[in-house]
Amino acid sequence: MPRHLLGIEGMSREELLQYLDNAEHFIEVSGRDIKKVPALRGKTIVNLFLEPSTRTRSSFEIAGKRLSADTINISGSESSVVKGETLLDTAKNLEAMAPDVLVIRHRESGAPHFLARRLKTTAVVNAGDGAHEHPTQALLDLLTLKIHFSKLGRDISGLKVAIVGDVRHSRVARSNLWAHRLLGNKVTFVGPPTLVPGEFRDSSIFGNNLHLEADLARGIEGADVIICLRMQLERQSEHFVPSLEEYSHEYCVSERVLSRYAPNSVVLHPGPANRGTEVSSEVLDGPRSLVSEQVTHGVAVRMAVLFTLAAGSPSTNQEQQV
Amino acid sequence: MIVISGGTLIDPSAQREGEYDLLLEGATIKDVQKRGSFSELKSVRIIDARGKWVTPGFVDLHVHLREPGFEWKETIKSGAEAAVLGGYTSICCMPNTRPTNDCAEIAKFILDRGRNTGLARVLPIGSISKALQGKEMSPLSELKSAGCVAFSDDGEPIWDAGLMRRSLEWCLMLDLPISCHEEDKHLSCGGCMNESGLSTRLGLKGIPGVAEDVMIARDIELARFTGGRVHICHVSTARGTELIRRAKADGIRISAEATPHHIVLTEEAIGEYDTNCKMSPPLRGEADRLGVLAGLKDGTIDALASDHAPHERDSKEVEFAKASFGILGLQTSLPLLLDFVRQGAISRMRAIEALSTGPAKAFKLNAGRLVAGAPADITIIDPDYSWTFRKEVVRSLSLNSPFIGRQMRGIADTVVVEGRVVVDGQRLISQGA
Ligand SMILES: [Zn+2]
Repeated sequence: MPRHLLGIEGMSREELLQYLDNAEHFIEVSGRDIKKVPALRGKTIVNLFLEPSTRTRSSFEIAGKRLSADTINISGSESSVVKGETLLDTAKNLEAMAPDVLVIRHRESGAPHFLARRLKTTAVVNAGDGAHEHPTQALLDLLTLKIHFSKLGRDISGLKVAIVGDVRHSRVARSNLWAHRLLGNKVTFVGPPTLVPGEFRDSSIFGNNLHLEADLARGIEGADVIICLRMQLERQSEHFVPSLEEYSHEYCVSERVLSRYAPNSVVLHPGPANRGTEVSSEVLDGPRSLVSEQVTHGVAVRMAVLFTLAAGSPSTNQEQQV
Repeated sequence: MIVISGGTLIDPSAQREGEYDLLLEGATIKDVQKRGSFSELKSVRIIDARGKWVTPGFVDLHVHLREPGFEWKETIKSGAEAAVLGGYTSICCMPNTRPTNDCAEIAKFILDRGRNTGLARVLPIGSISKALQGKEMSPLSELKSAGCVAFSDDGEPIWDAGLMRRSLEWCLMLDLPISCHEEDKHLSCGGCMNESGLSTRLGLKGIPGVAEDVMIARDIELARFTGGRVHICHVSTARGTELIRRAKADGIRISAEATPHHIVLTEEAIGEYDTNCKMSPPLRGEADRLGVLAGLKDGTIDALASDHAPHERDSKEVEFAKASFGILGLQTSLPLLLDFVRQGAISRMRAIEALSTGPAKAFKLNAGRLVAGAPADITIIDPDYSWTFRKEVVRSLSLNSPFIGRQMRGIADTVVVEGRVVVDGQRLISQGA
């Protein structure tokens, strides 16, 4: 049975830290002149992106290539393989191809689990499913924080994290919540009650270290880390916000509010950002922003994930030298 | 003539429970007497019911038989077969077929097909609005004359409160109930499971309980206002149950049903996106489950209804959000309910009532009674028979049930419809027609 990476929820702290350690190692590889190691030579990775995403897809693709794996990209918009095909057909086709790793991005929550249940010899990596999880995003966020805070002589445990914006629809928020929970960090979801639903108060599911706050200033007060979430235009027509203007009036993360309430904070954003809506350009391009580090670390984290999962798959014969 | 002898007779209509034998003549119950009273009779068929319960044939107020239009999911015949194997002698089928059962022609087609199976009585429910569009009223009088026993747009709520009002008023004259699928679609808003911490964790769009409650509240007030008969389908919330309880206390003409799955399962059963746990209304949390169960126990909820909703594999083996709503129910209602009897959560008499007399009264059907002169519709239950609900046991054309693989206790051993034995020793007796 292959191991999968379907979410951060249910992962052990050791497993999480192991991924980060491996990823740190791969940052070094990415800094070499020849950014390629033979670790996954002869392995096949399928990147199945049924929801548009340039960023995550290219990050996985680069990661696979740097590990010398054969990577195949299938995208929903362009591929006839996928057009009109059900997820069950997709599963059957993939079964026949028998890749070592399947990386899947899908607009419906649970789609990676659907495939993981049906693929006998393939490890499934969730690259974002609906509003459920986006585990590699949380891992790269943590890696970014780990490297940043270690420079300050701090650990990534004991941090105060504020996640601001459309939490309801965000898989990034959920994966980060589970990750920070494993590290014992305090997480505050900040946003209007329409986008930060009270269901998150169910401590039997979400634990006692999660706080909800409708007021931006109070929500970010004293935070070490601010994660801004992407605000989608369609939330307006679905009555979640009166208008994007009103949303940004209340919740745009600006330098003014940060310097007053969270002066020592760093800012993350999963991208692509709507400048001026959920975060100001001043913040995004300023010294607090770790956004470009996130992109770099994304490749390293995905190398670590692909390496860990593909190395465990049964078709491996060659030794795993990095 | 048939004598059913040696069993424990349970007749909720007379609140009678004890050692009685039944004498059937033709399609009618001729007599009910103390055990052994009919032992002198010559040339009768004797059905030995020792160790078993003899109850009125079950009545299901809510099934989807999929014919005409979706015969690959279920036909009237396959549905009627599943029904009698589950102990049902009358089943009321919802009009969301293709075409919709919104005219006499379709209603008669369903009745004919049902009669030809010779199995459970198939009683059509006509649609309230033409083609379930919620706009124009169906020809309700015509549908009644054709044989419809109630009206419903099940699957869709009646959006237009004015249409609901006028339908209730028209039905005052017909003396038929309006059976309501209660869901404010602006609140359920494309959701696919209960709105809760769990839906939030799974990243699935939720259907809040209040989407059901506000519509129950509205229809209670419309029933109060018009004096019409309202029947609330598949109640899934504690709050909805409480609203019905109060409405009954106010003397409003209201009845209600709950499904086995809403009293047996909670949303937890969804696990990792199991689409066989996706139905409308959705499985709720534990407080709602207990609230509905309490309503079934105290009679606030009159009937257990299966909401038998067959779907082929292709419409369930997909992403959770894309999967069809609904599960099978006809063959599993009895053992699931009996679990509550064994736990002491519901009395035996009340359980049998919820399966037979309760639903019969709600729709004023001539059923659910074991008295002289009543139709000879009888279910003989083997209460302790242990079995597994395996795929091979499923008589429906579809297999969408979260209970497949589940250990069951209790089964319909013998079923009599209009004096004809249609299930004998758990085996279907095909009716030459
Ligand atoms: Zn319904």
